Amino acid sequence: MVISNKALRFIIATFVICLPFISMANPEKDTTIVQTVVAHEGAEASHEAHAEPTDVKSKVKAFIKHHVLDSHEFSFFQDDETGVHYGFSLPIIIYDNGFQIFSSSKFEHGEAVAESNGNFYKINHHDGKIYKTDAAGTITEDEKSGHPTNVRPLDLSITKSVLSILIAAVLMFFIFTGLAKSYAKNNGIASGAGRIFEPVVLFIRDEIAIPNIGEKHYKKYMSYLLTIFFFILFLNIFGLMPFGINVTGNLTITFSLAILTFLITNLTANKNYWGHIFWMPGVPKPMRIVLAPIELLGVVIKPFSLMIRLYANIFAGHIVLMSIIGLMFIFKSWIGSSLSFGLSFALSILEILVAFLQAYIFTLLSALYFGMAVEEHHHEEAHH
Amino acid sequence: MEGLNFVGAGLIVIGAGLGIGRIGGSAMDAIARQPEASGKIQTAMLIAAALIEGIGFAALFAA
Repeated sequence: MVISNKALRFIIATFVICLPFISMANPEKDTTIVQTVVAHEGAEASHEAHAEPTDVKSKVKAFIKHHVLDSHEFSFFQDDETGVHYGFSLPIIIYDNGFQIFSSSKFEHGEAVAESNGNFYKINHHDGKIYKTDAAGTITEDEKSGHPTNVRPLDLSITKSVLSILIAAVLMFFIFTGLAKSYAKNNGIASGAGRIFEPVVLFIRDEIAIPNIGEKHYKKYMSYLLTIFFFILFLNIFGLMPFGINVTGNLTITFSLAILTFLITNLTANKNYWGHIFWMPGVPKPMRIVLAPIELLGVVIKPFSLMIRLYANIFAGHIVLMSIIGLMFIFKSWIGSSLSFGLSFALSILEILVAFLQAYIFTLLSALYFGMAVEEHHHEEAHH
Repeated sequence: MEGLNFVGAGLIVIGAGLGIGRIGGSAMDAIARQPEASGKIQTAMLIAAALIEGIGFAALFAA
C-alpha cells in the first residue's frame, strides 16, 4: 500500500478533531428554527385550539407517535417553517351510506374537514382515525376515557400500511413466480434474484417444515409457511428502510396473521389433537378433567403469544431506534450526536437481525403448532 | 397504588432476563459439550427464548 499506516492514522485523527467543528455549526441554526416556530405558533395560537408541540423534546415524541401509527397519507418529511408537507396523498374509501371515495389531500394533513356527498369527516389528532363530524368538524371527547364519542364510519382506505402490504405482495409475486419459471428455463437451476431466495425456501422446508410437521404432512403447509415467512420478513425490512413504514409493529396486522395460524391449526387438526386437549391420554382420570380447560386455554394462548411477540418486538424496535435518533436533536452537542449516531447504527444492525429472527420464529412456531395438530402416532409410554 | 404496575413491569423484565440468560448459558454449555449438535441446540434455544419473551411481553402489555 502506498499510504503508510501512520499517514492514514493522521488523516483519521484530523477528521475526528474536526468533527466537533462540523457539528457545532448546527446548534445555532436549529435553535433559530425552533425560535421561529415558537414565534409562528404564538401568532397562530389564537385561532388554533390544538396547539402543536413547540419544544424539540415533545416534537420528537409526537413524531415517534406519529410514525408508529398508520396514516392516511404518505409523508416523506415536512418543513416546519413553511408548513409544507412533502409526500403524496392516498385514497380514502369509507363505507357510510354507500361508498365515499376521495383523496386524503382533502383533509389537508389532518387540519381540514373533508366533505363527500354531504357527509363531513375529520381525522382525529390523537389516534389518526377518521370520525364523522358536522360541517365545523367538532369532535366531542368522552370526559372519562378521552376517546372521541363521534361515530366512526367503516374505513376501508388504502392507508400507508395497506400500501406497503400491497407492495410486498406484488414484490413477492414477481420474485417467486420468477423463481419458479427460471427452473423451467434454466434446466432446473435458479437464476437471477431467485438464487438468493432458493436457499431460504429450502431452509424453511428442510429445517422448519419437515422436522416439525413430519415427512408425511408437511407439503400441505409449505405454501402457508413460505408466504408468512417472506411476508413478515419483507414488511420487517420495509420498516427499517428510509421512510420506513411500521406494518408488522401494528397489532391489527399481527392479529390477522395469528388468526390465520389459529384457523389452519384447528381446521386441519386430527382426532389425536382434540383427544389430547379434552381427554389427555396417560394421565389419571381426575387429572384429565383438570387438564381439559387448561389445554383449551392453551389453544387460544398459542396464537395470542404469536401476535404479541411479533408486534412487541417490531414496535419496541421502532420506538427505541427513533428515540435514539431523536436524542441527536435534543442534545445538539457533538458528543451526544456522535453517540446517538453510533448507537442508532448499531441498533439498526440489531434490528435487521430481529427482522429475520422474528420472521423465523413466527414461521417456526406456526410449523410447531401444525405439527401438533397432525401428529399421528401416539405412544402411551411417552407420558409416563 | 399509583405506579405499582411499573414496578411489576420491572420485575417481569428481571424475570424474563434471568430466564433467557439461563437458556443462553445452558445452550452454550451444551454446544461446548457437543459442537456437532449446535444447529439443533440453537433451534431449541430460540424456541424456548421466544416462549419466555412472549410471556414477558404479554405481562408488560398488561402492566
